[in-house]
Amino acid sequence: MPQPLSYLKETPSQTAGPYVHIGLTPNLLGNGGIFPQDLGLSPIKPGAKGEKITITGQVRDGAGMVLRDALMESWQADAAGLYNSPSETRGTADPNVIGWARIVADFDTGDWRLDTIKPGRVTLPQGGTMAPHISLWIVARGINTGLQTRIYFEDEEEANATCPVLSRIEHRGRVPTLLAKKTGPGQYRFDVVLQGEDETVFFDL
Amino acid sequence: MTDAPSTGPLLARNRLWHPPAYTPGYKTSVTRAPSRALIALPSTLSEETGPAFGRDMLGELDNNLILNFTGEPAQGPRMIMHGRVLDEMARPVPHVLVEIWQANAGGRYRHKKDGYAAPLDPNFGGCGRTVTNAAGEYEFLTIRPGPYPWPNGPNDWRPMHIHISVFGSGFGQRLITQMYFEGDPLIPLCPIVNTIPDKAAIESLTAPLDMQNSIGMDCLAWKFDIVLRGRRQTYFENRKEGL
Ligand SMILES: [Fe+3]
Repeated sequence: MPQPLSYLKETPSQTAGPYVHIGLTPNLLGNGGIFPQDLGLSPIKPGAKGEKITITGQVRDGAGMVLRDALMESWQADAAGLYNSPSETRGTADPNVIGWARIVADFDTGDWRLDTIKPGRVTLPQGGTMAPHISLWIVARGINTGLQTRIYFEDEEEANATCPVLSRIEHRGRVPTLLAKKTGPGQYRFDVVLQGEDETVFFDL
Repeated sequence: MTDAPSTGPLLARNRLWHPPAYTPGYKTSVTRAPSRALIALPSTLSEETGPAFGRDMLGELDNNLILNFTGEPAQGPRMIMHGRVLDEMARPVPHVLVEIWQANAGGRYRHKKDGYAAPLDPNFGGCGRTVTNAAGEYEFLTIRPGPYPWPNGPNDWRPMHIHISVFGSGFGQRLITQMYFEGDPLIPLCPIVNTIPDKAAIESLTAPLDMQNSIGMDCLAWKFDIVLRGRRQTYFENRKEGL
């Protein structure tokens, strides 16, 4: 017998269910008093360097219904393309860019909003430079494993054209599902479509 | 063991081990499941980095669900839930945020959308959080949640369970799951449990009773280890420029 590898298997995912806000945003839900404030209220602190932007959107299902129970988390680099993370080895990120936020769809309208700074390009240690993007992780009732997608920006044409992740999407017609549309100065719109004709590209990476 | 930050590429998820997106037995998944294949790529820095949470943000009772809502004790069977956060390489994952939420002893959630007849417990909020220590260990003091009915089939019940949200060192390890309790006869009947095709995978979500860590005349303990995606520890790269 060869030596055993002794690796483990990842814990299987289960849906976040309809009550995910009890655990992750109790104050927003109205169950205050457990923690002083919810985590992930903003990905930036005052003084964050970079262009201030606002992204708004909705998450829709395959029947065109807007999800009012979606909870998302965003993760992004600072304006120089550095992550505020112990695992970042390329340099030190802007201390005022946390980079992570929880985004909760409005319980009545399903509208969500992210106020942040536009991330910079991220140069990969193995070569190549990713276009500015915000990683987005989506959970809700009915979603068995959190969905990973990315918000890119339609006004970053040049960077998008050479992004090693975007360029790996064979169905070029689907790339626009990852592009936030500019609706005004510093204003973007990004809708997530879980299923159907305009289905957003979801990643396994 | 070293406290050096983890930087290696993430191991690919075994999608046959996780529930597929489309699981008609769990009706809500039918319109919320992507129908196109996921775009599979090696992890990038965006997945290999992630936010860090310090223990300094924690309040004294954050992981004590019996007391953390009002300070008065919640009703129901007292229990310890504890375990380790590991990765697929069996390495401890230290200093990561673990959040839980659950129904009360009667199976009722503190949520306006929960209309189950079982009463709310005025002293139970149903949520807690902690950060793993240097050995990847975590623990909660809580009450054992009751099973509850839910609108899916005409007579579907959730087994006793605790919802768990875990961070890794990289955002690509982000995981939400549920812990079940050894011996609960509702486990094999539950459509959400049964979104998972592999029996062994379901068993890995079932916490055993842990008498060694139970405290006489006080509370039972249940042990639940959480395994996150591994990070490769060898650095011989043979990637083409880019990815
Ligand atoms: Fe539940």
